[in-house]
Amino acid sequence: MKWTPEHTTRASEFSRLLKKDGFHFFTGVPCSLLGALLQNLSEDKDVQYVPAAREDAAVGIAAGAVLSGRRAAVLMQNSGLGYCLNALTSLNLIYRIPSLLLITYRGFGPDAPEHLVMGKSCEGLLKEVGIPYAVPEKDELEKAYQKAKKYLDHEKKPFAIFIKRGIFGE
Amino acid sequence: MTSRQAIDIFYTFLQGEPVVCATGYISRSAQGAKDRLENFYMIGSMGLASSIALGVALCKPQKKVIALDGDGAVLMNLGTLATIGALKPANFFHLVIDNSGYESTGNQLSHAGRVPLDKIAQSAGYAHVRRAETPEALRKEIAAGLAKKGPVFILAKVSPDSGAPAPRVHAAPEVITENFSKCLR
Repeated sequence: MKWTPEHTTRASEFSRLLKKDGFHFFTGVPCSLLGALLQNLSEDKDVQYVPAAREDAAVGIAAGAVLSGRRAAVLMQNSGLGYCLNALTSLNLIYRIPSLLLITYRGFGPDAPEHLVMGKSCEGLLKEVGIPYAVPEKDELEKAYQKAKKYLDHEKKPFAIFIKRGIFGE
Repeated sequence: MTSRQAIDIFYTFLQGEPVVCATGYISRSAQGAKDRLENFYMIGSMGLASSIALGVALCKPQKKVIALDGDGAVLMNLGTLATIGALKPANFFHLVIDNSGYESTGNQLSHAGRVPLDKIAQSAGYAHVRRAETPEALRKEIAAGLAKKGPVFILAKVSPDSGAPAPRVHAAPEVITENFSKCLR
């Protein structure tokens, strides 16, 4: 649990940006790098954050929201990307269900051993299955989001924004 | 009672309810029983019917939302039973066709023959849990369950079908999305 007022402010700006476009449905599995954002979403009465048991279930729950006409985002650590590749490829991509994916980028640079392999592979995995992504710096978050939104709306397929350490938590 | 008989019985009770149909023979049999725009036929992402239906149920609280699931798929995603039991969406209806095996890949056994999924649902916090082993019992439990405050869990214990399987899902996935979404508007 390490996040600072800077993270909290950024989280509230980012969620305000998403809410303005109708993102009121969030689901996922926590990561410490999302700490401030998860706190913001959980406390916000205007949005629904549904804790899922695993990342693939979160992808399914978000798909149900999108099928219901809502915009939805899935929050997870990149370790969870492995669990949900099948859901993303055999549900979202072929059924054209555009969910926004907010995936923390563990293993970007030095990190604990369990994050190193996925840290090296997560961009390549998305590239391989055809899910575009952005890896924004702190001050590029809005730009990445605008790109994502455009893609979701036009292509009806998921877009991932990788969240690096220091944006919403340490 | 075979799985197809159970699915045929289930469809006689429906009006316009959205149904998320699990991957494999469940979707094929559902299409065979009653092909309707409110059916979301899954052809991949095995295990996620309950998750998808949960997402719909949370966003459409005025509609009764149904997950037509299989025992193998439930075992694959037991965690979502806990999510459903914790969130308790009153409009969620879970019908599990339990043949205790993987019928579409050659009837390999699943552990549902020895592990009672209804007891797991009960422990997870579903509001109304029932088991049906005959067509008569299934009719009674579906009729009663649809009138109950959910989440409802009905376990239909069935034997595998012996005849040829129902035809494959014919609509393209993006068409299924379009049809299903239209019904939810």
